[in-house]
Amino acid sequence: MNRLDRLRGTGPGKRHNARTVAALTGNPGCSRRAVLDAAGVDKVRLAEHIGFPGSFGQSRFALARGNAFEAMLKADDCALLRSTLGAYVGGYEDLGADEDGTLSARHARTRALLLDASEGLVDHPLLTLEVAGQTVFLEPDLIAYQTGAQLQVVEIKSFAIIDGQADGTAVSAAAVQAAVYVLALRQLLGDDRVSHEVVLVCPENFSLQPVAVVLDVRKQLSTLRRQLSRLASVSALVESLPEALSFDLAQPPAAVVAALSAVDARYAPECLSSCELSVYCRHEAAGSTSALGRPVRDALGGVATIDEALALASGAASPTPDQAEAAALLRAAQRLRDEAVAVAPRPRGEAL
Amino acid sequence: MSTLVALARAQAFAEGRAQPIATVRHLHVHDHPLVLIPLAMAGEANAPLAVLLGTSVSAPRLLAVSQPRNRDERFTFTADLADAVVPYLASFGEGATEAVPVDRGRDVRHRFVDAPQVWVPNPGGADFLRLLGRSTRFRRTDGDHPVPASVPLLGQWLTWLAATAEVPGSAMLPNTVQALAMHWTTGQSAAEDAHLGSLFAWITGGAAAAREAEAGPVAGPATDPEFDNKILAPLINSSDASSGSGLSEVLLGLLMPTWERMWHSLDLLRALPEGARVGSRWDSDRDAYSAFVAHLEEDGTPQPRRDGAVAAAARLQRLENAAARYAVQRAFDDPLVMAEHRLTGAAFGGTVTLAKADRIDDTGKRPVLRPRIMVATTEPVRVEPGAALTSPARPSQKAKVISVTPTPTGSDVLLELSGGMGRKLVAEPGSVPAVGEHLLLTTLSEAYRPGAAFPDPADTPWTHGGPPSAYEDPAEAVA
Repeated sequence: MNRLDRLRGTGPGKRHNARTVAALTGNPGCSRRAVLDAAGVDKVRLAEHIGFPGSFGQSRFALARGNAFEAMLKADDCALLRSTLGAYVGGYEDLGADEDGTLSARHARTRALLLDASEGLVDHPLLTLEVAGQTVFLEPDLIAYQTGAQLQVVEIKSFAIIDGQADGTAVSAAAVQAAVYVLALRQLLGDDRVSHEVVLVCPENFSLQPVAVVLDVRKQLSTLRRQLSRLASVSALVESLPEALSFDLAQPPAAVVAALSAVDARYAPECLSSCELSVYCRHEAAGSTSALGRPVRDALGGVATIDEALALASGAASPTPDQAEAAALLRAAQRLRDEAVAVAPRPRGEAL
Repeated sequence: MSTLVALARAQAFAEGRAQPIATVRHLHVHDHPLVLIPLAMAGEANAPLAVLLGTSVSAPRLLAVSQPRNRDERFTFTADLADAVVPYLASFGEGATEAVPVDRGRDVRHRFVDAPQVWVPNPGGADFLRLLGRSTRFRRTDGDHPVPASVPLLGQWLTWLAATAEVPGSAMLPNTVQALAMHWTTGQSAAEDAHLGSLFAWITGGAAAAREAEAGPVAGPATDPEFDNKILAPLINSSDASSGSGLSEVLLGLLMPTWERMWHSLDLLRALPEGARVGSRWDSDRDAYSAFVAHLEEDGTPQPRRDGAVAAAARLQRLENAAARYAVQRAFDDPLVMAEHRLTGAAFGGTVTLAKADRIDDTGKRPVLRPRIMVATTEPVRVEPGAALTSPARPSQKAKVISVTPTPTGSDVLLELSGGMGRKLVAEPGSVPAVGEHLLLTTLSEAYRPGAAFPDPADTPWTHGGPPSAYEDPAEAVA
């Protein structure tokens, strides 16, 4: 049993996917998430176990529509997808099957199939990516479209593109995910074999009619590369942890919480939309200025805790030399706020 | 975020209660608003599930689609929504008008004395209405899948309303989350404030109540996946057979907390004294409303899917001007907003130490009245000689900075005044600040910004796609 298996305990391991890799790069300074993901801990169950469940479910209506859209595109040997992409030549190969036992065999087959360079569509290729000193398998829900010398990533998404515009968050999430796939494909085949332009296939307007748009993900790729290289080597991090540490869910909640506190988190409000453990981390970070969001922390002169900021503003605490500038700003703000509230017209009724 | 607001956030956290960040209300609150809470069907492209609406807290009306995947039901729903909403929106166009002088009083135009105000819970609600407008305004009243005439009309109204919501300072389609967040700040992050229940609880109950409210029903338009999977899905599947499946009760139970919070929020906002310049912004809203009513009567073509090049550029400039004017007006109306500008050095307060009210400048062709005053301040002054300042107390008067002299306690600023003192060579009494008066001066200016000159749409250069094609009926096939 290696260190990572001991950290995870008895539960089955969760594998990385493009979404977790993308989220990891969204907050690269968070050691807690890096360790938990490396050990394959089921964060949803962990959060429930310690009493801070998040809601990360997906609506079955959304799933149903997504599946229906994909099935429609892939029906009859991908007839509709082919006409959307303009890819009439070549075969269609589905590497499917989500099984742990066949990982390396499928990876080898993916490799052979993609290196073959004959035109066509390859569904569910199994890719690998180096994340923080670890090789992770990715099972992207994507189609690699081989044309001539280059390979293109095709992502099928079910959000609508209306009059050429789509929801910004959905598009940027799709672009980052696609960039993860491009990166993994490039590691497999070499940089110039995989195009930095990915194809997004979405329903158009208010119908289910598919439309293909090309996204340039060069920017996401360079961000991803930089952040993956910055990710502190997880192996070193794991080595530095106490020998007996474990996040096994068979332990009582208090023991799991104690184990969590051994690994530093870097909580930001953005975590709430992307990390399953965020509700706990928010609870833990209460009282810090960064829990109010990065802009608030910066506006408060980078002072770490709320109490400290308020004490500096009221003059109750004397600033350390490197806080002098922040303290002057905070005192000025406090004075102006008091002055403005004092001269303010009184509310008509009792509002509160 | 300004340090002043950030500090208020920190105080709100420490006290466990929301803190005011405005001393006046910066938004017109209608006496008879329409409150509308849209709910979308997950997974569909902007398909409505339900709408709770009404003009009185005691009379909410629920419109629901019992089988959202059934296209015909969705069309019936839009027709019902049109019948409920369009009469309210159009009613102000049947009311009285007032004459407004234009072209320096040489002519008058008429505008309606009131305009509609539709409240949605959050920016997502406004966005939902925009897309609902987009999906209905091109619908045909004849042909294969005819809809009642009210449906494309609703589409035009919603499209127009959503467009006004993008204009800073406009109050015809306000949303409760932004309206509350403009006047109070909570002890949590801005991202968490987007949850209406939580934001409202910070203001009315405190931090603990806000945490509880977080688990409560969402204010739409997106539904909670848990709700979809556990409650909605069984109801919708069963409603294939019978209609009375209890869907309305469930939806009402989901939407009523938001409904009550929205009406209570209106009361909270009404209790604040209205800012001095809020009325003039509502005047602009009434102008926009009158123009749209006229458009519907005269021409009535639906808004294009995309603006042409000239229209888009002109609109962008209007939005930029409105944003600049709105920021200045809020600062002039509210000492707490002005304090943010004082903190950054765009404004400073001081005391008049010298005043020469009868100074005449006779170096030009005609002698002109140019009083000079000296203002002593302890605040940081980040203005250069030659800069033009104004004071919220005398918005029509300009003060040109002649010199800034550092003193042991701050600076002495020498200013030359022009305008706002009457037409004679002797200043009207009280128009020149007297010695000892406390004065606030700022680089912000309310001065009128002339619009840029744009070519006629017919002269759009080829670099911008050439003249836009004339309106043609973009009949959309029902897919």
